[in-house]
Amino acid sequence: MTSEILFAGFGGQGILFSGKAFAYCGLIADKEVSWLPSYGPEMRGGAANCSVCISDEPIGSPLITTPDYLVAMNIPSFDKFIGTVKPGGKAFIDSTMVDEKCERTDIDCYYVPASQLASEHNLSANVILMGKLIKETGLFTFDEIRKGLEKCIPASKAHLIDKNIEAMKIGYDYE
Amino acid sequence: MAVVFERPKSLADIRLHYCPGCTHGIIHRLVCEVIDEMGIEGDTVGVCPVGCSVFAYNYFNCDMIEAPHGRAPAVATGVKRAQPDKFVFTYQGDGDLAAIGTCETVHAATRGENIVVIFVNNTIYGMTGGQMAPTTLPGQVSTTTPFGRDPKLAGFPVRVCEMLSTLDGVALAQRVAVDSVPHIREAKKAIRKAFENQRDKKGFSIVEVLSTCPTNWGLSPVDAIKRLQDEMIPYYPLGVYADKEVKF
Amino acid sequence: MEKKLMKGNEALAEAAIRCGCKCFFGYPITPQTELSEYMAKRMNASGGVFLQAESEIAAINMVLGAASTGVRAMTSSSSPGISLKSEGISYIAGSDLPCVIINVQRGGPGLGGIQPSQADYWQATKGLGHGDFHVLVFAPSSVQEVVDMVSYAFDMADKYRMPAMLLSDGLLGQMMEPVVFPEQKSEAIEKPWAANGHKNERKHNIINSLYIEATDLENTVVERYKKYDEIKATLPDAETYMTDDAEYIITAYGATARVCKSAVNLARAEGIKAGLIRPKTLWPFPSEIIKNATENAKAILCVEMSTGQMVDDVKLAVECKKNVEFFGRTGGVIPTPAEVLAQIKKLGGIE
Repeated sequence: MTSEILFAGFGGQGILFSGKAFAYCGLIADKEVSWLPSYGPEMRGGAANCSVCISDEPIGSPLITTPDYLVAMNIPSFDKFIGTVKPGGKAFIDSTMVDEKCERTDIDCYYVPASQLASEHNLSANVILMGKLIKETGLFTFDEIRKGLEKCIPASKAHLIDKNIEAMKIGYDYE
Repeated sequence: MAVVFERPKSLADIRLHYCPGCTHGIIHRLVCEVIDEMGIEGDTVGVCPVGCSVFAYNYFNCDMIEAPHGRAPAVATGVKRAQPDKFVFTYQGDGDLAAIGTCETVHAATRGENIVVIFVNNTIYGMTGGQMAPTTLPGQVSTTTPFGRDPKLAGFPVRVCEMLSTLDGVALAQRVAVDSVPHIREAKKAIRKAFENQRDKKGFSIVEVLSTCPTNWGLSPVDAIKRLQDEMIPYYPLGVYADKEVKF
Repeated sequence: MEKKLMKGNEALAEAAIRCGCKCFFGYPITPQTELSEYMAKRMNASGGVFLQAESEIAAINMVLGAASTGVRAMTSSSSPGISLKSEGISYIAGSDLPCVIINVQRGGPGLGGIQPSQADYWQATKGLGHGDFHVLVFAPSSVQEVVDMVSYAFDMADKYRMPAMLLSDGLLGQMMEPVVFPEQKSEAIEKPWAANGHKNERKHNIINSLYIEATDLENTVVERYKKYDEIKATLPDAETYMTDDAEYIITAYGATARVCKSAVNLARAEGIKAGLIRPKTLWPFPSEIIKNATENAKAILCVEMSTGQMVDDVKLAVECKKNVEFFGRTGGVIPTPAEVLAQIKKLGGIE
């Protein structure tokens, strides 16, 4: 069983952080994991994405071309990647940033106004979307998520762990 | 009978390959005298260039490294960083230091790399047979400036000490010559000072030594000395261009 | 030991420090820059030297200087920077100095691109500078293997007094995977040849690659090639995966081998007997292993992120007695398992 997750959006939206947190969660759950960011001038231009594979088997290519799960946090990412999601896959869309709707019927799309919720609660939109993702996929438990966050948030910023859990719960509970 | 003059201990007891009248031998000797007087042969690593002094690794009795053309300051940097307690010097000609190795020279200098650079300027590529060097004077004939160096075509010579003296990392930049006894004595003092700077961790020290190349200049040794005095010194004035405390 | 998630470039730097790399000299270039940055953070604190050189050329010559004094020294770059270093690498090989050079490959030629590539295979294995010489070339395929191979590369470089290269790529450099750092065994070996000051206790040591007499140079090179023969007899290494009953065998190294392993699994799931040979040493090339493992295979598919640079070595390994086909993507494009599977099917005439 392999889950391929693609996070995509602007630099500064926490795209790489989201991927890293999930990769750590996978590591804690004793899975094989890989994390691959986009890099170079395209990031200077603002676009960021990262591929995360979580698997029971050793991971072949860490580059995801057909994700099981897509997290799209802006229009360019939505336009670029929505067509690549595997049939039967799921897409999680920040509907504050993306006012388009997916026309595909072979995947499940979840529209969460993550950026709006984030600014209302002073939290991070990417983490809200992560909450929705674990709700709809059952990928990780909250306990695993907490341990994963502890691994990728430095001790000096430990107070952010609870903030992130709070954000994740908002996404988890969003209908 | 009292010995009044002998070969420095750190200078190998073998025949040097330099041409008759060439002043490389004098400069080797001065470096070795300083090494002997400071008693540092066992703690010194020399880096030699590509050029006429390419075989210098056979002539200095301290440990020696032969560097790629122009790269001696980078090699010396590697040695010094790995072994900060050793004395490290490079011995380079004008093509090596001021043409192909300009980048390495300038950056070792501006880093204030705590090394000694002995720079032998004879305004010509000697080993390859008399081509234009970065220090070849305007009008000077070489095999690649057969009608004399034309600055419109080949640009101007580089005055290395003047250029390096502007850099914050340079503790000593001094130009000397080996054309006369007083100048030779002055040259030795400068070399000594450069090594003492290194001992005292003062930063980058370069001693530029104006030298002769009778073979490729097509002059007798005596006339070559006269050319050094009449043509080179006016273009490359002797003196101290930097002597300062480097504030790291 | 705890598993950590680390980028290949950072894990490589950490592993180098742990196995006693004393000096690192580098210059920024994508996609290897994290390696230098990690060294900048950690090296000086761990008693070593980090210095950002003014150029790739200066960096490799600083390595030459440091290695001459007997310490473990390393530099890293990506493809265009390795071209600049090739002068220094030739001198280092000609001076019989050990050091480790990292190439986090990107697309070429010229400025090329910054995405992962394997188009420097020829450069690494056949022509990393002028003259008759070789460097050891190791090809890791995971972040863990990057870690394990760095210390092995230093050990072998020291043992054989020659440069060793880790041929990584942008994918391995940028990706994070779980990694465990082994407890370090000290591999300090005596280097009586080092130019680090003779203390008036021995004759002076000379580090040099110049031999003005042709016969002297010939003798030196011939002696060096005897050493290479010993290496060729002992060091070649490759992983074989499902080759025992395989009819179609892929040869691929580095990041590409990961893709090909996925493709082999896809093929097996469809009942196609596919297998993989993954060279871990590119020089010396594991010819014997490839020859033996492909004995019963119907055909061989060499897959690379280039237009085909290793494929000739594979043909030589099987003495041109097998059908060896090639599939590659280049310019920074990473092949997909599905593409490789399609090539396996094409090879076998399977619909």
